[in-house]
Amino acid sequence: MTTAPTPLKQTPLNAAHRRLGGRMVDFGGWDMPVQYPAGTVEEHLRTRLHSGLFDVSHMGEIEVRGSDAIAFVNRLCSNDATKLVDGQAQYSALTTPEGTVVDDLLVYRFAEDHLLLVVNASTTEKDWDWINAHRGDETLTLTNRSADFCQIAVQGPDALGILQTLTETPLAEIKYYHFREGTVDGVPAIISRTGYTGEDGFEVYAAPDKAEQLWDRLLGAGGHGTPEGILPCGLAARNTLRLESAMALYGHEIDETTTLYEANLGWICKLNKGDFNGRERLAQQKAEGVQQKLVGFEVTERGIARDGYDVLINGEKVGRVTSGSPAPYLKKNIGLAYVPAAHATEGLEIHVVVRDRPVAARIVPVPFYKRERKASQ
Amino acid sequence: MANIPDDLHYSKDHEWVRVEGDTGTVGITDHAQNQLGDIVYVELPRVGDSIEAGAVFGQVESVKAANDLYIPVSGEITEVNETLNDDPEQVNKDPYGAAWMLRVRLKDAGEVDKLMNAVEYEDYTKKITE
Repeated sequence: MTTAPTPLKQTPLNAAHRRLGGRMVDFGGWDMPVQYPAGTVEEHLRTRLHSGLFDVSHMGEIEVRGSDAIAFVNRLCSNDATKLVDGQAQYSALTTPEGTVVDDLLVYRFAEDHLLLVVNASTTEKDWDWINAHRGDETLTLTNRSADFCQIAVQGPDALGILQTLTETPLAEIKYYHFREGTVDGVPAIISRTGYTGEDGFEVYAAPDKAEQLWDRLLGAGGHGTPEGILPCGLAARNTLRLESAMALYGHEIDETTTLYEANLGWICKLNKGDFNGRERLAQQKAEGVQQKLVGFEVTERGIARDGYDVLINGEKVGRVTSGSPAPYLKKNIGLAYVPAAHATEGLEIHVVVRDRPVAARIVPVPFYKRERKASQ
Repeated sequence: MANIPDDLHYSKDHEWVRVEGDTGTVGITDHAQNQLGDIVYVELPRVGDSIEAGAVFGQVESVKAANDLYIPVSGEITEVNETLNDDPEQVNKDPYGAAWMLRVRLKDAGEVDKLMNAVEYEDYTKKITE
């Protein structure tokens, strides 16, 4: 439309997205597909019912190696990295001294002296600078390896069966939030049982020059083009899937102004593990209670809540929507919002201001959607 | 390739107008619905409102976002398509037919001359999607 001041970054699957008819948008400086011709609703439903394929190669990877790798990560992050075993991944957060969030991330443990931090695309540079600036006298090497990996997520109840046709790694043996190193279609890969959809599934990390091969083979193995076959999914479906599952999105539910307790992320806040950035402030907040709290809501009148809309309680503006959207699987209009902690009560009626018009909504439990888990997952 | 009927007038905001006598029927183009994706919500104005060309007359929402609708011609709204309240996906399926949005009594029949014809609109959409 207009010439961009700086060229958008591309993942190694950019050409593949264009061939598939992906509608490309600027997503935090990355040229990414927001949806493919099937459309967001179909992509979302196919992932819930069968399988969806996502290019998440824009995510950043920061390698931490050295004898103090775990101690270092534990000092910067809120979750307890000492609890990890080799082959395990952990959801955690890089915290500020105020207990707010620099980024949320996954910490992968390959060995006692070898961790990989998988961080958000738009915050990779900020995180890299932050992590380097907070180095102490620990013995370790930091490497920004973001350009060394493609990352492809295959998600949904059919994901395991599809990926299994391309690997000898026994996928059913990989527990949720665990990973193995193996091969996929002969390509060396990290196979991680993680995702951002609320479904079972895997995220595959491999060399970027193998991205197209893996993408095409996964589409083929998943029966792409058949009525129940795998669908490539764009960022819009990725967002609605994570929202139905009430997973936080950096820059929306969490940022450097919100603390982990406010965002219902107390479960990744291990106050007793020893000191870490923000621990003191978080301990204080836990003891005193939070002022504002993230809640889920369902719109009960006609209207769709969107990010940034005001929230009213008894006619008074008390908060804001952090993420709001139609929920394609639940067929409701849902959202997450910060409200004063005193009002964070399930069942309470609130109003969301949609174009100057207060629209009724009700605070409901989260996640909005939860899959039925098999014992093995 | 987007469907662009010959007999309509088109705005840069991707609305179309069909003129019959002193009545203009307004909707959004096939290109627009395709760009928006799955339409899940349509909000239309009240019958009897008078509206000036270029003003926002309603909203069309996809899963992803809410978008303003701009009226390409001035006049009094005589009818709105209320079936879109319950069946907004008609906008994706039949943007020039079942998913017409409203009818106006045209204040100035000459206004449509400022809009694009089908050939001009096709060039325009090509240019902006390049």
